[in-house]
Amino acid sequence: MPNLSLLLSQLFNGLALGTLLALISTGLTIILGTLGVLNFAHGALFMVGAYVGYAVMQATHSFVLAVACGALFVLVLGVIIERGLIRLYYDRPPEDQILMTFGLGIVIVEVVRLLFGGISRRMAVPDWGNGIFNMGFMIYPKYRLIVMVIVAVTLLILYLVLYRTRLGLVVRAGIEDQRMVGMLGLNVQRTFMVVFGLGAMAAGYAGAIDAPIVSVTPDMGEQVLVESFVVVVIGGLGSFPGAILGGLIAGEIISLTSMFNPAYSQVMLYAAMALVLVLRPQGLFGQEGRE
Amino acid sequence: MSTRRSNGFGPATSRRAFMKTGLGAAGALMLPGALLNTAWAKDYPSLGTFPAGASGDSVFVGLSVPLTGAYSTAGQDEKKGYELAFEHINNGTGMAAMMDSLKGSQGVLGKHVEYGIGDSETKPNSAVQVQTRFIHEKKAIMISGCSSSAVAIALEKLAQREKVVNMVGASGSNDTTGKDCQRYGFRSQPSAYMAGKALAPVVAKEIGKNVKAAYLVPDYTYGHTVFDSTRKFTEAQGWKTVSKVLVPVGASDYSSYLLNIANSGADVFVNVCFGNDSVASSKQAQQFGILDKMKMVVPNISPFQASELGPDIMAGVYGTLDFWWTMADRNDYAKTFVDSFEKKYGSKPRWTAHIAYLQSMIWADAVTRAGTFYPPEVIKTLESGKHIQSTLGEVYYRAEDHQMVREVPVVVGKSKSQMKSKEDYFEIVGVTPGEDVMPPPGTFACKLGSYT
Repeated sequence: MPNLSLLLSQLFNGLALGTLLALISTGLTIILGTLGVLNFAHGALFMVGAYVGYAVMQATHSFVLAVACGALFVLVLGVIIERGLIRLYYDRPPEDQILMTFGLGIVIVEVVRLLFGGISRRMAVPDWGNGIFNMGFMIYPKYRLIVMVIVAVTLLILYLVLYRTRLGLVVRAGIEDQRMVGMLGLNVQRTFMVVFGLGAMAAGYAGAIDAPIVSVTPDMGEQVLVESFVVVVIGGLGSFPGAILGGLIAGEIISLTSMFNPAYSQVMLYAAMALVLVLRPQGLFGQEGRE
Repeated sequence: MSTRRSNGFGPATSRRAFMKTGLGAAGALMLPGALLNTAWAKDYPSLGTFPAGASGDSVFVGLSVPLTGAYSTAGQDEKKGYELAFEHINNGTGMAAMMDSLKGSQGVLGKHVEYGIGDSETKPNSAVQVQTRFIHEKKAIMISGCSSSAVAIALEKLAQREKVVNMVGASGSNDTTGKDCQRYGFRSQPSAYMAGKALAPVVAKEIGKNVKAAYLVPDYTYGHTVFDSTRKFTEAQGWKTVSKVLVPVGASDYSSYLLNIANSGADVFVNVCFGNDSVASSKQAQQFGILDKMKMVVPNISPFQASELGPDIMAGVYGTLDFWWTMADRNDYAKTFVDSFEKKYGSKPRWTAHIAYLQSMIWADAVTRAGTFYPPEVIKTLESGKHIQSTLGEVYYRAEDHQMVREVPVVVGKSKSQMKSKEDYFEIVGVTPGEDVMPPPGTFACKLGSYT
């Protein structure tokens, strides 16, 4: 039986892992909910954010600038993708959308490989994030603690945008009933562009923030994509609070399983997803019959 | 998520190959060379891709390397090693100009060696797919290349089934020349057992004998056997194993696994992870303060680990390598290899390139000495135990399990101030002779299959 301090550390670490997963997954879920598109290029967008962050950090040594550029670059990329490609697929069957976004993901990954090569890159932890923080019951890397705070604040801002602004109202209405929103004379097209941009930005932003922790490689988005899908399924398709709760649950599952049998941490994640699908197919916060 | 990519057939189909098919076999039969070939083929029955793959004026070698996936960095380097080797074999330069059998000849048995490189994606299935196509469509007379033992073992089985010689690429698991050994597979990299046996006395001397160790172990054949062997030999030196944390291959965040290590009360952190995994886990171990509390030992250091992590993390880290470029100071073959690699690519070769180069040369040498591409004869030549001068000094293949008997270099990472040049990451603390670290035959239950 593991000791108490390990249990506490893992619980806390699950929270840290979970917030980041939640952030990535919100992007995926907003796009899915509003546009009805399963974006398989989400992992690639996360990776692009990490690379832009890395490149800007190399050039300027400014972490704030690196994260801002990573997020903005992917926002712009998202808007371009939506206008240039996704737009043409709204009325086509979901398998076409999946194939297209999946292919797009491969193209993005290979372009980055062409530009940066396959060798992994190291983004330095910013000076203020170096070192270890002693929390009494455990020690934890300073940077990861700060990331937790940054991500929590970001999720709060996203919440306010979705629940306290006109845009958010349209987005949430679009999730509920796309056709009705169009009938009310709202510019759905523009909303879709903004939403896809925002969703992509969440991925890019998360990538730039995560870059100093993981090793930056062209394939780094692959696992993230799979995990965020699991989170979205657990939380409920298209549900913002679902993505946050799903992210935290996934983070805790990974961490707590690691304590007993690390090899099963990923397996347990899928087991949890399967359980949710059996007991509550629409996910924890999903609504039945939503398309 | 798996992604499909093309398997690099493009560059392999040369104009010449196209012309050849265009001319048709009838035209080719009129050439005296081809008559000779048919005479040869009469001596041996057809088997695998023989004689079809050896009847033209060129032969084809199928290469599968991970250009993507967790071990892609190692794969890119491996690819360069093959390119250099076949350039040297075809032109009669480099090590091919130094080996007795190959001296003064171009190609192998007078035939130009063509090759195709496919992406194995660090996945056994993809590698088998790539090589199956090379064998069936290109009549590959030899296959080679991998950076993962899981892939190596899958390819060994394929080679045995298809009766095509497989010069195994990078693979450190005991199983490769143990329970999963095959008559058609030959491995040059030190096994986990050999690496562990070479490393243990050195770390016991440098770090101490009364030491508690915690292991981070990738959850597949390579990780399991490296853990078993390293544990066995360090415990014989007085070490205690206090924690073994199994992790999936290709994880990006190691925090939850590393917390177990941090809480284990160990003095030494033995990191068995490989490729990108070793880089990510080492970097995160530093962030978690583990490297301040514990010394890191890496039983088998990944090719680019030091350049990716830098001396601030790698200084003082003990481990073994298949090859390190400073071995060029001890040996002319190694010098030729390192210098020509550097001239071609502008960087020092890493050990995956070395494995690719050495394995290709040894295959060319064996075929030449056998006087035929007929697989059983090539295999018997490799099994003959004849000592071959190489980049590692004298080496030979052990007939019982097809493990190369070769020296094992033990290294320690240099600090920034100790580095004499940009790529001078390691000091070689000792080179253990192969004979001293070989497991007794049969230790890992190797049963080689049949020749035919």
